[in-house]
Parts: sequence; C-alpha cells; structure tokens
Amino acid sequence: MTQAAAIEFDHVAYGVGDLSAEFSFSRAPGSVTAILGPSGAGKSTLLNLAAGFLAPRTGRILINGKPVNDLPPPERGVSMVFQDNNLFAHLDIRTNIGLGLDPALRLDAGGWRQVETALDRVGLAGFGKRQPASLSGGERQRVALARAFVRRRPLLLLDEPFDGLGPGLAADMLGLMLEIRAEVGATVLMVTHDPDEARAAADQILLVSKGQIAADAAAAGFFERHDLPELEAYLGRRPQP
Amino acid sequence: MLTRSEHRASRAVGVAALVLIGLALAAPVSVLVSQGAGSGLAGTQGDYLLRITRFTLLQAGLSTLLSVALAVPLARSLARRPSFKGRRWLINLFAVPLALPPLVAALGLLEVWGRNGVANNGLALFGLETPFSIYGLSGILIAHVFFNMPLAARLILPGLERLPPEYWKTAANLGMGGLSLFRLVEWPAMRRSAGGAAGLVFMLCATSFTLVLVLGGGPAATTLEVAIYQALRFDFDPGRAVLLSAIQIGLTLAVMLGLRLISLPTEAGDTKGGATDRPDVARGWRALPDALLIAAAGAFVGAPLVAVIVSGLAADLGRLLSDAQFWRAAGTSLMIGLAAATVSVSLAGLMVRARYSVGEPPASVWLSLLSGLSAAAGSLTLLVPPVVLGAGWFLMLGGGAGQLLAPLSVIVLINALMALPFVIRVIEPAHASAMERNGRLALSLGITGFNRIRQIDIPAMLAPLATGFVFAVALSLGDLGAIALFGSDRIVTLPWLLYQKLGSYRTADAAGLALLLGAATMVLMIIADRLGARLGPASWAGRHQP
Repeated sequence: MTQAAAIEFDHVAYGVGDLSAEFSFSRAPGSVTAILGPSGAGKSTLLNLAAGFLAPRTGRILINGKPVNDLPPPERGVSMVFQDNNLFAHLDIRTNIGLGLDPALRLDAGGWRQVETALDRVGLAGFGKRQPASLSGGERQRVALARAFVRRRPLLLLDEPFDGLGPGLAADMLGLMLEIRAEVGATVLMVTHDPDEARAAADQILLVSKGQIAADAAAAGFFERHDLPELEAYLGRRPQP
Repeated sequence: MLTRSEHRASRAVGVAALVLIGLALAAPVSVLVSQGAGSGLAGTQGDYLLRITRFTLLQAGLSTLLSVALAVPLARSLARRPSFKGRRWLINLFAVPLALPPLVAALGLLEVWGRNGVANNGLALFGLETPFSIYGLSGILIAHVFFNMPLAARLILPGLERLPPEYWKTAANLGMGGLSLFRLVEWPAMRRSAGGAAGLVFMLCATSFTLVLVLGGGPAATTLEVAIYQALRFDFDPGRAVLLSAIQIGLTLAVMLGLRLISLPTEAGDTKGGATDRPDVARGWRALPDALLIAAAGAFVGAPLVAVIVSGLAADLGRLLSDAQFWRAAGTSLMIGLAAATVSVSLAGLMVRARYSVGEPPASVWLSLLSGLSAAAGSLTLLVPPVVLGAGWFLMLGGGAGQLLAPLSVIVLINALMALPFVIRVIEPAHASAMERNGRLALSLGITGFNRIRQIDIPAMLAPLATGFVFAVALSLGDLGAIALFGSDRIVTLPWLLYQKLGSYRTADAAGLALLLGAATMVLMIIADRLGARLGPASWAGRHQP
C-alpha cells in the first residue's frame, strides 16, 4: 500500500487495570468501519482516543500518516457525532452549524450561505432559526450531520449516532450519512450495536471485546462466521454442535 | 389524608399560628407607623435619611457586583477543573461563611485585613506606607464579598456542571476558544443562576446588620439597619428610627418583588466533582490561571477562618472557660436558642399541617387565604428584618430597660421568626411525603387525633423536625440583631458578650470567645446538615441564612 492509512492505531494503550485497553489497526481512506462489541468493551474509548478527548498511555495514533498524539482535538481533522446532545440546546440551528465553520462564529455572508446549503442538503431547509428543542430526535441528528458536512474533515467519528431513532428512521439517516461521507470523501469509524446497521453501511468491521480488538475483518460475510467465540457471545448465538 | 375533625383542628391551629405571627409582625410595625405619624420630618433629617439610604443601596450594589463578578470566573474555573485534589473540600469550605455567626467571621476578617493584619503587614513589606483600612466602605465590601462570593459561586456552579459532557467534547472538536466558549456556552448556562444569585446577595447585603455595625460605623458608612439601632440605643430618637424602618421595609419589599421576577436558584453546591472530563480544557502550565484563581479564592475564604482558629487558640481559653460571665452568657444563649427553636418548629409544624389540610387547590376563598398566608408567612419575616422588628417591640416596651421577661420573650420571638422560613422549607416536603406514606394506613387503623400525631406523624418526621430545630438553635446562637437592641447587664448572650469585649479592646478574650461561639455554631450546622442530608437534597438544599 503506497498511500498512507487514513487512520492508524499503533499499539495504542489506554488506562490501567480493569479499564485498560490496547488497540492496533489501520484503515484506508474512504473506508467505512463499524465498531461492534458489548457495552463497556472500549468502543467509545477508541473513538475518544482518535478524537483527542483521551490521551493514550503508550503507542501512536496517526491520521493520514501524521502522528497526532500531541495535537489538540481541533487540529486533528476530525468530526464527531454523538448519540445525543450534539447541539447546544440554547443556540438556534444555524448557529449550531455555523460553529462548525468558525468556532468563534465570525461568518461572512458566504459562510451563512454554506450553512443554508448544508441544511438544505440534510432536508431541513428553513429550519435555521429554530431551537433544537423544537426538533425531533432524528432532525437533531440531521443537523449534526449538516455540521459535519460543512466541516469537511477527513475523518468522521460516529458514536451510536442513530441509536434510539427506530429502524426506519435509522436506515434513512444511515443513507444520508453515507451520501455525505461520499461527498466529503471522509473515512468513517462508526460505533454501533446494531449488526444490521453494520451490514448495511460498513465495508469493514472491528469487533472489540474487553479492551482488545477481537476481530478486524471485511464486513461481507462477517456475521455468518462461526470461528469467533467473541462474535458468538456478542450475538448471543449458541455454539455450533 | 385526615379525618373531618383532624381537618378542623389543623385549620384552627394554623389560623392560631398565623395570628401569632401576624401579631408578632404587625404589632411592632403598627407601633412604628403610629409613632412615625406623630413625628415630623425636619429638613436636616431629610438629608440624613437620604444619605443613609444612598449608602445602604451603594454598599449593597457594590457588594453584589463584586461578589457575582468574582463568582462567575471562579465557578467557571471550578467547572473547568472537575477533578483536582481537595475540590470537594474547597466547595464545602465555601459553605462555611454563611453558617458562621457574622460577628465571628468579622473578627476573622479583622485579623486578616485589619490594621495589624496579615494583608497590611504584607503590603508593608512592599514599602506601602499608608495601611489599608478595613473600617468603612472597603471593609464592608470585603466582608460582604467574603460571605456572598462563595455563596454565589456555589449557586452558579451547578448550572455549568449540569451541561452534558458532549458539549465539552463538541467544543473541543470544533476548537472553540475560551472566549467564544464563554460567550456561546458557559455564560448562557450561568446567566440565570447568576441573576438569581445577584438578587439574593443584594437582599442579604441590603439588610446586613452585624458586619456593618462592626466594620462600618461612623456617619459616612452606616446602613439603615445600623442607623435604626443607633437611633434607638444611643440617641433615643424613636421618630428617626421609625422613618428609617419605614424606608428599610419599603426597600426590602421592592427587592423582594424584584426577586419574584428573577427566579431564585435553589440547588446550592450540588456538585458532582470529577464526573465530567473536560477535553476542551488545556492541561499543564496552561492550567495556571484557573489554579491561581481557585487558590486565591480558597485563601480569601479560608484565611479569616484560620485566623479565628489561630487567634482563638492563642487566647487564654482556660481562664475564659472558668469565667462565670461566660457561662452565664452561654446559658442565656442556649436558653434563648432552645426556646426560639421550639417556637419556630412549632409554628412551622402548625402551618405546614394547616396548608396540607387546606389541600391543592383550596376549596374556598377562605381556605385559599389561609393557605396563601401560611405560605407568605415565611417570606414576611424576611420582609421585616430583625432589627426593624426589634425596633417596634423596643418602642412598645419603652426600651425594655430594667425588665427581664419581656425583652427575653421578644428576643426569642424575633429569633424564632428569623428561622421560620428555613424551618418551613425543611419540614414541608417531609410532611407531604410522610402523609403520602402513612395517611391512608393510619386512617384505616383508626389512629386519629392526638394519638396519630403522637404515634405516627411526629415519629415519622423526627429527622426533619430535628434538622429544623438544630438549625434554628444555631441561627439564634449567632444572632446579634435582636440582642443588640435588648442586651443589658441582665441579658447577655454570647454574641453580645463578644461584641462588648470587642468594643472594650479585650481582643484576646474576644478571639477566644469567637472560637468557642464559632465552633459551637459550626457543630450545630454540621449536625443539621447531616440530618438534612438524610432527607434527600431536594428538601434541604438551598437554605440560605439571612
């Protein structure tokens, strides 16, 4: 592979004792990876390490071939979408998106036009002056995607972003996310606990268990495999006779 | 759930309690009014009144401005650093000034900021000739900031800590700098509680008596409350006291109406500490500004407390403890405190019961009047500050000189009324949940009337009643307002004794007394707090000592 990996974890260790974790993996640009595993396995820890919210004990994190261990979160070229509270509840929708363009909100007319375009892109044209509380959960997540859209960062981290939206809405949102990813050309790491979501959106899987990567494999056919005890346990399947 | 006769009895005693409170408030006020109507307003007196009123507003305004302006960055720094060593300890320390008798705290402030205090000696090292004076406006401001800045910080902090952790991650991810984060996220989260804190602090400072009495004084730095005291105790000019009282009542009424408009924050210091990591905040040497601010605030609040302990221990405590005068004062204080707490808890209990009996919504105009008045009774005692209340009784008793029982009763009554709003706030929710739990059962077992009160209701509410009682004792123990008017050779309480020692420059004795009084009050407050904590934060958090 001549091209640098979009993201690489090189023996990245975090924490000590029961809460410790160690990850090594790398992903090519433009790939979509679903991160699966039981709760408490360290999925969010992995994303928080990549985003720079947590500092590793040892090991190197590289984004586009560049070590980022010492870079603060905003300089890592990362956008992040959480399950909840992505929007500042007291700021209107356009302000929430505008902050993605300039964190001090110094936007010229062109900047605000970009915000309107992004709103239009996620199907919320005309919602700019509304408050987050007046939107449904799905609409709020669309706004979060619109903010990631205007930011155009090479790495998109999603922490169970469509959890609790219901299957139909989650599938719509997943589609929207994939379109935006394609337009921005971003690499995606997506934590999910829904195998269907992983199947539908991801081309690769990271199965995390007890702070370790138990499986790093292609998504195609992954859930049909029976050689991984962690996967059997995670899916609650009985061992094959 | 009460029987018919229990309802009748509850309402009857509720009305009786209301009448008693009403008389205790209305009698002195009506005396003030009727006396005031007789006394004319001389031209020079108009100037005097205007000056006193202006200074009262000025010092309260400046105190509020300083307290809140310092509390906002302090709360922000504390929220930014959720997990340093000693954080919980520091936030608990911030609750101490309000629990301490103001006179004891004033003594600590004198040790630190006084002519020969730590601060002036420090300034002298830098070659500053003129010592900084704690007497006058500057001293009043330091004292009010000492009392209210920690309170305001404790009221503002939860607003920040309640924000979801994703906010800080998003802020870090987007790269929001300190300034835009403050403008767009932190300040909007603090604005409400900062406004409420400002209103509360203004109210406390506009009616502050002890601190101004000790640190202010002189015609240039006198507030309405102190001027009332001086008019009665030194000049025996009832007319002036009456006018001052009227202005004070009008002022507190205006402030209270204003406070209605901005909602008061109630959850003081309900802090998680360490729960939310702050990835948006820089570590290493860039934590220095926060660390310096937090350390300075800790030193500012802690130093006077340490000074009280150090100078108190340096005093001849053995001699003080073998002094008959001390034990007489302690006995009088304890007696007044126990009596005031008994009256306060009884009145609160009766009114809470009556309000419960009336129910929601009240069934008739008459009942809604009873319910509304009982609810207002608590606030009414804030409306008429202790010194104003005392002034009315003082005039009614003709100064109370040479009498014993009447002034003592008035002191007990004033102290009881002072504690009433806080006692009601502790008892009411506990009573509601106890009735919820036991009401139907008691009724189905046929346990009614006095039997029920004795065997079910009081045992079920022992903890909240005890909390209210201990709190009322502590409040009364530290009070200087009522005793300042009625204190005499025959009626000496611990704060009054302390004030006399301070006035006659027996500083070592004063320091020892302050330590003993402060320790006693703190122990009681901690007991009340512990008992209250068992009731759950909702019922107990947000008490404020006037």
